[in-house]
Amino acid sequence: MSFAAVRPDDWNLALLVHVLGAMVLVALLASAAVLLVVALRTEDRTATVRFAFRTLLIGAVPAYLVMRVGAEWIASKEHLEDSDASWIGIGYSVADGGLLLLIVMTVLAGLAYRRARRGGTPRTLLRWTTGLTLLLIVAYAVALWAMATKPA
Amino acid sequence: MRRLTTRTSGNSPRLPAVSRYDWLLFLHLIGAFAAVGSAVVFSVLMVGGARVAGAELTFLARRLWDVGGLMTLVFGIWLALDDYSIVDGWILIALALWAIAAGTGIRLGLVFAESNEPPAERVRPLYGVMVVAVIALLIVMIYKPGA
Repeated sequence: MSFAAVRPDDWNLALLVHVLGAMVLVALLASAAVLLVVALRTEDRTATVRFAFRTLLIGAVPAYLVMRVGAEWIASKEHLEDSDASWIGIGYSVADGGLLLLIVMTVLAGLAYRRARRGGTPRTLLRWTTGLTLLLIVAYAVALWAMATKPA
Repeated sequence: MRRLTTRTSGNSPRLPAVSRYDWLLFLHLIGAFAAVGSAVVFSVLMVGGARVAGAELTFLARRLWDVGGLMTLVFGIWLALDDYSIVDGWILIALALWAIAAGTGIRLGLVFAESNEPPAERVRPLYGVMVVAVIALLIVMIYKPGA
């Protein structure tokens, strides 16, 4: 039995932009988490913290913007901007809350880099940034579940 | 018109309970996120990540491909058997692209595992082919040409 429905061809580009942005964003968050864990475990951590900070600032933030622009684009094509469907609500909540978390994480990573560069040991900052990064990855997994299954 | 990967609900905010198709699609998408993620982590390695956390990022990239490649293949074929035809042109193209991405991705992971900073002439061709194959795979999955 087929459950697949149809979607107009002119939705495809918007969906591609949204999905590709989300995929790159989550992968960069995972990369940043690994870099932050490595930074926590080593004594000579300045270069690693700087790379983690740049991964978030130069990689994850632009990827978020691509994902978010794609989301608005596909939502407008599907006329879902004002929908009260729960899966749309989950998507917007995770996206908007995720932006706040992403900004906080990037600032924390930047502060950790500054402290490491001055010879300090920013363990607490690195732990918080790592925790928030992992939390955001889990949140995006929930959003993906909502987007894919569209629960009632 | 194409078959849906995102069901629409233009006039209806309420949707029925989660179906098997939805669950298979979710698991297929988790695999796709991991597979594309593998290519992204290899990109991070290529732009300098290898110098600061080569072994750890290589481990992440390889495991993401192992999990993502397997999940996209298994759940993709399951979806194809359930809801499409396994001999549809776009599905055969996707399988060929998957094989190219898998072949280059696995070899790229092995090269990075041998050395944190392998020679560029060894990794660039593998990396280039893998990234192109993965992006082409995603485009084929969304556009479903000929479906």
